Amino acid sequence: MIDAFLTLAWTVTKIMMIVFPITIAVAYFTYFERKVIGYMQVRRGPNRVGPLGLLQPFADVFKMLFKEIIIPTNANRFLFLLAPVLALAPALTAWAVIPFDDWLVLADIDAGILFVLALTSMGVYGILIGGWASNSKYALLGGLRSAAQTVSYEIAMGFALVGVIVLSGTLNLTGIVQAQSGSLLSWFWLPLLPLFVIYFISGVAETNRAPFDVAEGESEIVAGFHTEYSGSAFAVFFLAEYANMILISALAALLFLGGWLSPFQGVPVLGDTVLGAGGVHWFLLKTALFCFLYLWFRATFPRYRYDQIMRLGWKVFIPITIVWIMVAGVFRLLGWYGGA
Amino acid sequence: MPIMEIVFYLFSAVLVASALCVVTVGNPVHAALFLVLSFFSAACIWMLLQAEFLAIVLVLVYVGAVMVLFLFVVMMLDVGPSRAASRIGAYLPVGLLVALAMGLQLFMVIWTRGLESQVMPEPRPEGYSHTSEIGRLLYTDYLYAFEIAAVILLVAIIAAISLTHRRRPGTRHQDPGRQVQVRREERVRLVKMSSDGEER
Repeated sequence: MIDAFLTLAWTVTKIMMIVFPITIAVAYFTYFERKVIGYMQVRRGPNRVGPLGLLQPFADVFKMLFKEIIIPTNANRFLFLLAPVLALAPALTAWAVIPFDDWLVLADIDAGILFVLALTSMGVYGILIGGWASNSKYALLGGLRSAAQTVSYEIAMGFALVGVIVLSGTLNLTGIVQAQSGSLLSWFWLPLLPLFVIYFISGVAETNRAPFDVAEGESEIVAGFHTEYSGSAFAVFFLAEYANMILISALAALLFLGGWLSPFQGVPVLGDTVLGAGGVHWFLLKTALFCFLYLWFRATFPRYRYDQIMRLGWKVFIPITIVWIMVAGVFRLLGWYGGA
Repeated sequence: MPIMEIVFYLFSAVLVASALCVVTVGNPVHAALFLVLSFFSAACIWMLLQAEFLAIVLVLVYVGAVMVLFLFVVMMLDVGPSRAASRIGAYLPVGLLVALAMGLQLFMVIWTRGLESQVMPEPRPEGYSHTSEIGRLLYTDYLYAFEIAAVILLVAIIAAISLTHRRRPGTRHQDPGRQVQVRREERVRLVKMSSDGEER
């Protein structure tokens, strides 16, 4: 019995060791976002709270926590409060199977990639239920838009993952990274270039970020599904959205850019130095690169029209992915990638 | 392993309770959400049986896609607390018949497996992969059944699309190819105007 409790305590500690840094990362991601977009628009961004504005995220967090949660009249109280939790839970749970290094993973399960796909597809419930339970037209429309968009792009995303599975021959995320071992050119971005691009764009659409942020398009439906949310309930939605963005970035790094592998692997001079050997730092660097792309998109592209989003997902991305899965199969058959 | 059994009975209770709620609650959105909960607890029970591939696919397909579309439609329809509860008498005889048939089938499955079988399965040996085992069985021993099922699904997809995809007169469509090819000269005419509005 003592053993069981010790195992439980150790597991909880490990979970905390993942959840806590993610929360901090989300806080500084918002700071990063405001700074990056600020400089892209020739502004300075937040620079008042703390040196260089570094304490701004904490100021925001405390402001949110001390605000009142207003529950609209005739809203479904239980579902209204449950929705943010339903949005956050899958966003954090999916991190359980993300390998940060060769040995650094909480749950090294066999069907890891399917687990992540299943959990990211469940995140939409928070948005859908939140939109419905608010008893507000704008919130409902935002929730419905988000649901349709997520289901559509999930198909393209799933097919992009099939390409990765074909080349790596495993559903295990650690195995997928190990299958990319070699050099910069043996990472899957090269043989699966169209799938790589489609995966990340679908990821941006799944997380309802610009230019696909019609679920909260402020010029059309106020703030979409979280129109009626305030205070810490809104903060939880916010946390879920950013945790999902970092998750998609981490997955793109794992599946297509070789996860923790070093880009200088096999270069004789570097050998076992920090640059030559794989490690967590490479994984974090690649994840940060995709996070930056999210912000760059937001500062650059105008919002898509809703029917164009649907057309892009169904009529452009899905056919390309189906063709490229077959191309990946041919690569495998010829033995160019993924061994025999 | 008593902990596993506690977890099993916990999820079973949630499953049965939420399945009952699906048919008894008045609000259709709540009913759909209870259906999501029952799918999810069924997936958890499958996970306990070490059928992780099936469990995750159940969540992915039913919870992640099918039920989202269900909720989508139910929320759009805006049906209030339904009158289905008052019409339960009309469905009762057929419902009982179906329930009886299903119950009989379940009973026979349990009977043929033997009553001595335990709740939790034996743990699988190290390195056993449920996912690859399913793949091997589907693509070797049961290949024909699998392909026939796939063809039936394909026919159903095409039939569903062709049933809903009918041309209605008077609807307007956009042709993105033509939209992209538009040139400024075709759409914009610059007119020089004098300040009093007369064309020069």
